[in-house]
Amino acid sequence: MKKEVKSSVPADSEIVLGILNDSKETLSRLYTSYFPMVLQLVLKNNGNEDDAKDVFQESVIVLYNKVKGGNFELNSKLNTFLYSVCRRLWLKRLNEQSKTIRNFQDFSEIVAVEVDLEKHEEKDKQFAIMESALMQLGEPCKTIIEDYYIQNRSMQEICEKFGYTNADNAKTQKYKCLQRLKKLFFQT
Amino acid sequence: MKSDLELTNFIDAYFRGELEGSALSDFEQLRKSDPSFDMKVVEHQNFLLNLSEYGSRVKLSSDMNTIHESLDIQAIRDKVAPEAPKVMRLWKKYRINTAIAASVAFIAVSATLISTGYFSKSLSTNVNLLRREINSIKRSQNALIKNINDKPAKGPADPGVFGGTGFALSSNGYLVTNFHVVKGADSVYVQNSDGESFKVKLIYIDPAYDLAVLQITDPGFEKLASLPYAFKKAASDVGEDVFTIGFPRDEQVLGKGYVSAKNGYAGDTVAYQVSIPVNPGNSGGPLLDNRGNVIGIINGKQALLDGAAFAIKSSFILKSIEAIPQDSLNEKLVVNKRNTLAGLSRKDQFKKLEPYIYMVKVY
Repeated sequence: MKKEVKSSVPADSEIVLGILNDSKETLSRLYTSYFPMVLQLVLKNNGNEDDAKDVFQESVIVLYNKVKGGNFELNSKLNTFLYSVCRRLWLKRLNEQSKTIRNFQDFSEIVAVEVDLEKHEEKDKQFAIMESALMQLGEPCKTIIEDYYIQNRSMQEICEKFGYTNADNAKTQKYKCLQRLKKLFFQT
Repeated sequence: MKSDLELTNFIDAYFRGELEGSALSDFEQLRKSDPSFDMKVVEHQNFLLNLSEYGSRVKLSSDMNTIHESLDIQAIRDKVAPEAPKVMRLWKKYRINTAIAASVAFIAVSATLISTGYFSKSLSTNVNLLRREINSIKRSQNALIKNINDKPAKGPADPGVFGGTGFALSSNGYLVTNFHVVKGADSVYVQNSDGESFKVKLIYIDPAYDLAVLQITDPGFEKLASLPYAFKKAASDVGEDVFTIGFPRDEQVLGKGYVSAKNGYAGDTVAYQVSIPVNPGNSGGPLLDNRGNVIGIINGKQALLDGAAFAIKSSFILKSIEAIPQDSLNEKLVVNKRNTLAGLSRKDQFKKLEPYIYMVKVY
């Protein structure tokens, strides 16, 4: 028996492993395998393609955070988990848009995901604050911070990119930017 | 003591693993000996965690968007959610609007019908007013004559459209009949039992009581002898024997029955219910009791129900007559109060009544 590597629905464990390794291929397979299910859910329940996209991407983020958050334990099949998260998110959105739906059509079994969603909401808030703080920070600070702390570029590269005469100047600039960002982040 | 700038750079270098040898041990030494520095490190670490989470999420989103753009959404859509036929989609979309529109239309129609009194007209639908359509009968008679004689029949110039019965109110040519008999008339003629026709004028109508007062204006009309019957003011009792004379065909027909209820159709207090055989053409005929008092005027019978005819009570005839402005009349209308029929047999009563009962022909 030969195990089919490129099966249309990848094994759950493969995906978890891929997520931990930040594999782009895993993300792509996850996306193509499970997006149709969510598209169906949203379309049949008063939504459109863009809604489906938003909801699905959010659910993938929830999954990534859960997996990367350590001591990950999947109590259900991955597609059930994703479906349940999307269902929850979509119902919430419908509620926010004050659209009522009389007979919600379900296409899969569901599991309880409230705890995960609560955690996700917390992270979502942090994300939104950071996003707005970075927006307010303005250029070139935003790029310097992103390059140094997120892309992990060296001070030398940043120096060249922004034309600072020496690394110390760049370091001073980065320090000032960081102080401002912290201020913006914590004041909101 | 190092400045905050230097410390921050120091911490950054530590987290990026750029510290080596003595610098690394210096750093760890400093962390142990200076709690405020240690706190700074932890705080910085948390903030960096936030930043990196932000970064990875942004990256994840952009990766997903790239994947999303490479997908053929339309194909997936067709696969998972085939579109319902157009009619179904329109129905789904507009069914609530349709329901609302239908309700509004229903309310509007009902309101209109109620306000125009459509539902209160049930009397006319359930009660057949007994005026006769002469045309149809004449025509069939003409056809009969034509067949027998095998020559074109000449017939009356115009046999009239509707017919009913009327009877004299006074000897000087005032008559009473039903309003529905003369309703919409161009001209009205009456014909007595001898077959003489007289032109009459509409003096007064009372649609509420379904009454009409006529006056014979024909110069050929001679005054009648004084009326043999009187009008009864009081209501008659249920069970009283009554009779009527009318023109359901071109000849006077006597009908006999009894008062069967105090009120008319649907509790109409203006009329009696009478159990008496009446037919189209009897409308406007007098309803008399055994003593020859007029107690009512036949005006209809209930559809789909045998033996339930209705007669307007005589007290309403008197009321109507009182309501006529006397100075508008060119001859005085005095209602007879003396009854000469009492005690006579029915056939004698009929003979005496004959000249006072007219066929009303409406053109």
